[in-house]
Amino acid sequence: MGDRQISNIQPSNSGDTRGRGSSSTLISFDNVSKTFPDGTHAVDNVSLNVEPGQFMTVVGPSGCGKSTLLRMGSGLLPVSEGEVRRSEGNLGYVFQDATLLPWRTVQKNVELFCELRGLERGERRQRAKDAIDLVGLSGFNRHYPAALSGGMRMRVSLARSLTLDPPLFFFDEPFGALDEITREYLNLELLRIFAHAGFGAVFITHNLYEAVFLSTDVLVMSSRPGRILKSFQVPFPYPRDLDLRFDPAFAELTGEVSEVLRDE
Amino acid sequence: MSARHTSSRLRSSTYRLWAPIVVFLAVLGVWYAISLSLDPDRQFLLPTPNEVIRVGFLNQDNLFQVLEGLLWTVAVSMTGLVIAIVLGMSSAIMMSQAKWIETSFYPYAVIIQTVPILAIVPLVGLWLGFGFTSRVVVCVIISIFPIITNTLFGLQSVPASFHDLFTLHSAGRPTRLLKLQFPNALPAIFTGFRISAGLSVIGAIVGEFFFRKGIPGLGRLLDLYRARLLTEQLFTALVFSSLLGILVFWGFGFIGRLVVGKWHETT
Ligand SMILES: Nc1ncnc2c1ncn2[C@@H]1O[C@H](COP(=O)(O)OP(=O)(O)OP(=O)(O)O)[C@@H](O)[C@H]1O
Ligand SMILES: [Mg+2]
Repeated sequence: MGDRQISNIQPSNSGDTRGRGSSSTLISFDNVSKTFPDGTHAVDNVSLNVEPGQFMTVVGPSGCGKSTLLRMGSGLLPVSEGEVRRSEGNLGYVFQDATLLPWRTVQKNVELFCELRGLERGERRQRAKDAIDLVGLSGFNRHYPAALSGGMRMRVSLARSLTLDPPLFFFDEPFGALDEITREYLNLELLRIFAHAGFGAVFITHNLYEAVFLSTDVLVMSSRPGRILKSFQVPFPYPRDLDLRFDPAFAELTGEVSEVLRDE
Repeated sequence: MSARHTSSRLRSSTYRLWAPIVVFLAVLGVWYAISLSLDPDRQFLLPTPNEVIRVGFLNQDNLFQVLEGLLWTVAVSMTGLVIAIVLGMSSAIMMSQAKWIETSFYPYAVIIQTVPILAIVPLVGLWLGFGFTSRVVVCVIISIFPIITNTLFGLQSVPASFHDLFTLHSAGRPTRLLKLQFPNALPAIFTGFRISAGLSVIGAIVGEFFFRKGIPGLGRLLDLYRARLLTEQLFTALVFSSLLGILVFWGFGFIGRLVVGKWHETT
């Protein structure tokens, strides 16, 4: 069922990432800049929109302000200039670190957000169970995070956000700490869930292959202060599988992205 | 291969059992040797182990005197510990909620810790008399600091990203305290309990050297036996004091492992 949905999601044609979005826009950054109190100029005049069905990946050198951008988008950090507007509804936010509470079991960790939002117990349990099934961890409900591998912890973290069924997801280098094989596997899993849940996403990574493989759009940021240097649209239809990485067109696109990054 | 593995594990576990016993027997041997080599009129300094057992443990009157003292010491130190836990944890929680409370009060917690207890005891006695109350107060003073520091450290050492998580879902202070800071602090809190329990036993015994009225606890008895050169009974009191200390230390370690052992590696 999920697969049929995947093919319905086409690369978004709202490639012009500037300007005001339409009414369905999930989040829009309008000329957003950030200067920290200590004078660090982290983000410079960034504008972008994310529409439903859009998977937008931001790549850029280390320390260029990618995390800062997401923190501003989530409201954890105030902007210095410009404006962020986010549509109604929850925000899924997956950090690089799985941030699981070590004293809670997988089940209890996944229930956390529902609990904080005041959902009642039965509802909470059901949603957590569904989300755990969706990320493929059924049977691990009673495990503590210490007993899980890094990849499994990330999946729990993802499940935890899925319980609130957010229309928009932020991913801040979620697979950065994982080995290549686990990363590839989780890339596929993420695309499957993306198709199933149908959210819009802003995804951050250092890995160009991952960026192109996952996304409808790839944005390249400059080194600090981070500006958007260039945006690419990824033309490959979903569902995608790992063979795509051996497609010459794939290699060409990653090459182009890499060139922009290198020139920086 | 697995068989060999098992046998080496077995060897190492019997080894763990036997090695301390060998040391114990060796100490006992040296004890006998010294004791028997003493002049008969100086043997009271170190009576032989069997004399200690005969006079100190098998004589009912003597044993009951020590056990009664033990009971009294347990009552004093455990009351003191409970009060120290309640006061210490609530002040740590308040300090964690507002920086100004921490800044204003933490220095005094440090002072309580650094002022020699022997200097405070006479003053407490002067103000509160020499009964149960002042003995408990001494225990509280000597054992409260590790509870404050450990609880405060635990409450404040929550990783920033965990706080972000709670902020994103608009959690208020009470929720944060209950669902994030407090569970995060539990391992540290139990470490504090363990240290404080030992201290509070010491407080109950040391305090008694100054409180010469009322029911004698282990501290008074230790002092009494020393003054009357009742070495055998001195040993009995000593054994029970150490046992009490070991028991509370081990007991809180055990409870701690029971509560947080499932998710936290206790040392
Ligand atoms: N609270 C802060 N105060 C001052 N400077 C900060 C603060 N947070 C981040 N910075 C600085 O802002 C810049 C951007 O940081 P940010 O974490 O957004 O980078 P990033 O692109 O996510 O890097 P990475 O790829 O390594 O995660 C860095 O130079 C960082 O040192
Ligand atoms: Mg970052």
